[in-house]
Amino acid sequence: MTERSNSLSEWLEARLPVISAFRREYVDFAMPRNLNYLWNFGAFATIALGLLILSGIFLALNYTPTVTEAFASIEMIDRQVSSGWLVRAIHMGGVSMLFASLYVHIGRGLYYGSYKAPRELLWLTGLGLLLLVMTTAFAGYILPWGQMSYWGATVVINALNSLPVIGKPLAAWLLGGEGLGNTALHRIYVLHFVTAFSIVGFVVLHVAALHVAGSNNPTGIEPAKPDDTVPFHPYYTTKDGLGLCLFLMVYAGLIFFAPDILTLADNYAQANPLVTPRDITPEWYFAPFYAILRAVPSKLGGLLLAAGSLGVLFAVPWLDASPVRSARYRPILRIALPILFLAFIALGAAGMHPPTGFWLWISRIAVTYWYLYFLILLPYLPRVEIPKPLPSSLQEPRG
Amino acid sequence: MTQDGAPTSSSTQCSSGKGGTRRRDVLATVTAGVGCAGACALAYPFLDSLNGTRNSRVGEDDTVDVDLSAIPPGQQTVVTWRGWPVFVQRRTAAMLASLQAPGAAQRLRDPESKILQQPKDATNWHRSVVPEIGVLIGICTHLGCVPSYDTPSPADQSGKYACPCHGSQFDIAGRAYKNAPAPYNLPVPPVTMVSETHLRIGLSKGDPDFDIANIQQI
Repeated sequence: MTERSNSLSEWLEARLPVISAFRREYVDFAMPRNLNYLWNFGAFATIALGLLILSGIFLALNYTPTVTEAFASIEMIDRQVSSGWLVRAIHMGGVSMLFASLYVHIGRGLYYGSYKAPRELLWLTGLGLLLLVMTTAFAGYILPWGQMSYWGATVVINALNSLPVIGKPLAAWLLGGEGLGNTALHRIYVLHFVTAFSIVGFVVLHVAALHVAGSNNPTGIEPAKPDDTVPFHPYYTTKDGLGLCLFLMVYAGLIFFAPDILTLADNYAQANPLVTPRDITPEWYFAPFYAILRAVPSKLGGLLLAAGSLGVLFAVPWLDASPVRSARYRPILRIALPILFLAFIALGAAGMHPPTGFWLWISRIAVTYWYLYFLILLPYLPRVEIPKPLPSSLQEPRG
Repeated sequence: MTQDGAPTSSSTQCSSGKGGTRRRDVLATVTAGVGCAGACALAYPFLDSLNGTRNSRVGEDDTVDVDLSAIPPGQQTVVTWRGWPVFVQRRTAAMLASLQAPGAAQRLRDPESKILQQPKDATNWHRSVVPEIGVLIGICTHLGCVPSYDTPSPADQSGKYACPCHGSQFDIAGRAYKNAPAPYNLPVPPVTMVSETHLRIGLSKGDPDFDIANIQQI
């Protein structure tokens, strides 16, 4: 019996060496031995993405992408389709879990300098993924054709329109020559699918790039000796597995105990092109960028600053002039970066409140700090900052 | 099993005695088992959602009324009931005679309508509530095509149904001929005569418990 299965795996191996490739990349793959739990969040994002695609396919089976029937078909999924409410809750909760994982994942990369050479492409493919996820989430939010879907889409498409040169044709291609109607809804539905599956392809690129350079680690020092690393299995399968259990518990809590906590009641009223809801609020994961958009008293200016807040992230590998990777050994950055995280959270809170008085100024201060950090601190801080002495190996205990 | 991937470098840290190894194997097996149970639980809502909508027919009127005055003798009209084509025919005396003609039964698979393909009040020689009016669900019991109606002609006054897909044939009461692939007679829906000129499909006065879902084959 074992002989036969051996010969089968040999037969397969000679023709398509998937078993040895899997063993090389996911079993024996050398990982730094000192990763902390922040390195779990990539796995979390992958699991959330898988569940989103699975639940998305099953939702699509019952969804109708027409202006007259979209809203009713979502209501039917929630009320009549067997377990439909659960499939939809998995999909809606999955978006929040994916964005939360991605934001922590990116924050971890910023803190430990995971974007620095030789991992620039890893960083860029990751940000490409973020943009694709944002596009998919935006397109997906329009599909239920509720009031927030409709007016969110209207605002974003009009913002797109105001971009110089490319704005008008882009918006026209999306809308198909008429207002926000059947044609646009159908295109947005297709866009939702196309970008969702493109994400899977991009994840492959992202992971391939990771497996060339190897994982960064909390010290930012490359593993040098053989015993600086441990094999992926069982060390990090176990560590990821434990984190995943906690992740899935939070996810399940969201699905079963608070499926509506992160959604807006206004989106359970069907789209009405004649009435705009009193408060247009984005989903929480778009709130920081929405706050930037509103913090600037200029249509194009707000748009450029909101887009630029993501744009500076793409430039980070070349903006950061310090040769030291991990913020552990950069005393000033170690304070400046957490303030950046606070600014992002403050922008998120501001995006969920009306842009007046206190919240307007919070968002203005936060967006100023955002640009100050990336455009001034990252390039010029190394001139004044004296880094702590780097340990000789990643195994050295923290000083 | 979990020892396979352990590097030599860390063998100093985990003192893996014989008992330790067995405890790990138990933990690994339990973890894998619980993981599989979780995957099955996760699969449930997705597969369940394929069962479609619940209670979608509750409160919906499931009956169709047919005006018989518009059907000339020897002709049929086709109405839709539950998405199926339903043939409603007005039979001539010659057609009725052909159903009872001597020797006709020998050519049929189920001349007495013993197999449950009709309500009790249509389990008779004419397979209908009243002999002059025939009502059949027009779906061939072979592979589901819609048989075409050959109207009575001077040459053949009895009329019949012939399925275009694989040559199944039925007499005017929907009884399947031998030497053709269709195994059962055409189904008869529940029918109530409302008046001389109107009938209602979907409700059987003579067999109120009849449920079309329970017949042999549709």
